Amino acid sequence: MYSDKKEWHPSHRHVISLMVVDEPGVLTRISNMFFKRNFNIDTLTVSPSIINGQSRITLSFFGDDSVYEQLIKQLNKLIDVIKVSDLPKGDTVIRDLCLVRVTAKDAATQNQLINYCRFYRARIVDATHDDLMVEMVGKPEKIDAFLELVGPLGIKEVSRTGVTALARGNGVKGNGMRGNGVKGNGSVSGASTSAGSKTAGSPDGGDVR
Amino acid sequence: MKGSEVIVKCLQQQGVQDIFGITGGAVIPLYDALYDHQDTIRNIICRHEQGAAHMAAGFARASGKPGVCVGTSGPGGSNMITGIMDAFMDSTPMVAMAGQVPVSFIGKDAFQETDMIGLTMPITKHNFQVRDPEKLAETLVKAFKLSTEGRPGPIYIDLPKDVQNATVKGSIPKDVTIPSYRPRVKPNLYQIKKAVTALLKAERPLIIAGGGCIIAGAKDALAAFVNASHIPVNTTTMGKGIFNEAHPLALGVMGMHGTEEANYAAVHTDCMLAIGCRFSDRITGDTSLFAQGAIVIHADIDPSEIGKNVRVDIPVVGDAAETIKLLTQVFLEEKGKDKHKGSAWVKALEELRQIGESHKARDVKGMTQSNMITQLGRFLKQEDIVTTGVGQHQMFGEHYLRRTLPRTWITSGGAGTMGYGLPAAIGAKVAVPDREVYDLDGDGSFQMTSQELATAKQFGIKVTPVLMNNQYLGMVKQWLDLFQERRHSGIHFSVNPDFVKLAEAYHLSGISVTRESELVPALQQARKADETVLIDVHVDPEDNIFPMLPPGKGLQHIIGGKAYFTKTWDEVRQGK
Repeated sequence: MYSDKKEWHPSHRHVISLMVVDEPGVLTRISNMFFKRNFNIDTLTVSPSIINGQSRITLSFFGDDSVYEQLIKQLNKLIDVIKVSDLPKGDTVIRDLCLVRVTAKDAATQNQLINYCRFYRARIVDATHDDLMVEMVGKPEKIDAFLELVGPLGIKEVSRTGVTALARGNGVKGNGMRGNGVKGNGSVSGASTSAGSKTAGSPDGGDVR
Repeated sequence: MKGSEVIVKCLQQQGVQDIFGITGGAVIPLYDALYDHQDTIRNIICRHEQGAAHMAAGFARASGKPGVCVGTSGPGGSNMITGIMDAFMDSTPMVAMAGQVPVSFIGKDAFQETDMIGLTMPITKHNFQVRDPEKLAETLVKAFKLSTEGRPGPIYIDLPKDVQNATVKGSIPKDVTIPSYRPRVKPNLYQIKKAVTALLKAERPLIIAGGGCIIAGAKDALAAFVNASHIPVNTTTMGKGIFNEAHPLALGVMGMHGTEEANYAAVHTDCMLAIGCRFSDRITGDTSLFAQGAIVIHADIDPSEIGKNVRVDIPVVGDAAETIKLLTQVFLEEKGKDKHKGSAWVKALEELRQIGESHKARDVKGMTQSNMITQLGRFLKQEDIVTTGVGQHQMFGEHYLRRTLPRTWITSGGAGTMGYGLPAAIGAKVAVPDREVYDLDGDGSFQMTSQELATAKQFGIKVTPVLMNNQYLGMVKQWLDLFQERRHSGIHFSVNPDFVKLAEAYHLSGISVTRESELVPALQQARKADETVLIDVHVDPEDNIFPMLPPGKGLQHIIGGKAYFTKTWDEVRQGK
């Protein structure tokens, strides 16, 4: 079934971090798997890591427990994926960067926008007689809210980087294990069967349900 | 050493004695290197790269060792795609290689350039493009390792021509480590204990043995477990042969065209132990109706298969043979020996099985596929290998050919690739030359790769194609008959070649069978012959394969079965 992200509640958003072999084609393998298995990527960022020969990919997607579990397993199965880490919701710093050009032709609108920026800790980074460009860094939901706020003024263009994220100290558990009960309906213990190849000492086999 | 020489040395190191392929511009250097090693590596020249890939698959399925196929760049590689896809669906170990334009030409749409990495990405376990000649050896060693370790699968290697021609300094490693690939082989004891507890508590336990059991070489382990526990065994299409089908507890193949007793057991079981199977839709039917109320124990070496298609209660990640051995050990420790021996469930299933057998024996007559394949089944020896095409004949074979040994039933399960039979038979014969190999085929399937008769002749590879020739795409015809008011769209082969003459055109011989009494003598003649003898059996096109699961239904809605299938478990138990 085609899963449109609009059907998902924000609590169904998952953010995961992958360490992958830094070789051509790795991104294709991952995006190919998403398409082939009928999953939907919400955002995806790739960046160098501090480990030589490895890159970090931060992925966000929407899905219920079974989608989440299957996706983690399928990612683990890719030979070029070295490690899959779930980023527990409460213990992760998640950021998105947004550039937006907003129509502001008169002083009143400009002032209004500047005020909004102050509330949201956004910055004006470019100005013309017709519009202002705003740069904002924050959680995706906060950016969503800002865009909603300035929407009535007239948004000309938006560009967002997608989420990048890191777990806070001691927060990351490898192998797709959930952190401390952040999920509403209990932990996805079945993800432990996703252990397979990329496991370092994870307990095998919890209950899949 | 030249790059191409490195490739050949790697093949030798892996013990490869036969490769299947077709040369061409971009693999001339590789074939040039093979020219110097004809004494150790036989270079089997095929007539189409699809045939080469299926031969490699047949070789792998018969031997358990990875099959190797080679093509040139562009169409050479793309022609292999079907065979690679087929191997991927059936977890067949394979190393497929194709030439590529020189590295500096990549991306320029050069002559016979195609993005084989992109094409094969979704249908291989992994693929490599070797751009650095110094990485050739490491890549080949990795490819062989990946193709067989854990869940096997096809690996594709793209070989740019200049890389094959380059001079390489480094040596060939004996082994390589792949840090990101460590499949779990040993199952978790805690999970095994949970599984055993469930199996001991169950009133109506059932084992489903899939192709993974054959890959893992779990025949003896499974037999020991069944003998200790007396739990009946269903197999999947891919698992056929892992458990002796003559055993009273063998219920046969389950699923869309499975036996009634196997599907009855799957519907009424209260504890299902599935090992090395992936719960394909052809096995489960409507998954919401599958294994209702039963505890499902699913053991597989690939964690992503667990919970993918059906709800699982007790997951076990590990190799099938290791899993069954540990299960047996714990089962005996828990005093489970003979626990289910002579239970009402076991007795009922044995009885249903006997009814099924007697129906089979009674129903077959005339020039029907069921009769012809029953006769073929009586004629075959246990160790003979049967490959198949895809269609009605394949499903009739699944029903009427009793297989008692693993790797004697080689069929295209997941992909359903018509044209698989003949090349797979050739590959199997190359792997196991001292055994007879039969290609049970249909006229439609056979014509998709029939040119490989030339390969069989040229290399003296004897196989016996037995065609169920009904001049129809019979399986589709069956669907149209049953579900489309006999609107026979696109299924009639009103013109077929004279298959006997076709064999003769390839300097082989053929026998036409038009009467019931002619089949066995033809089979005897073919068995005695030193070369391939094609047997063209003219069968009645109106013979459909039953029972059958209508599309979108659950296993309980099988049609065309006998009365016993409709009884509930309570009715069976009370002898009604």
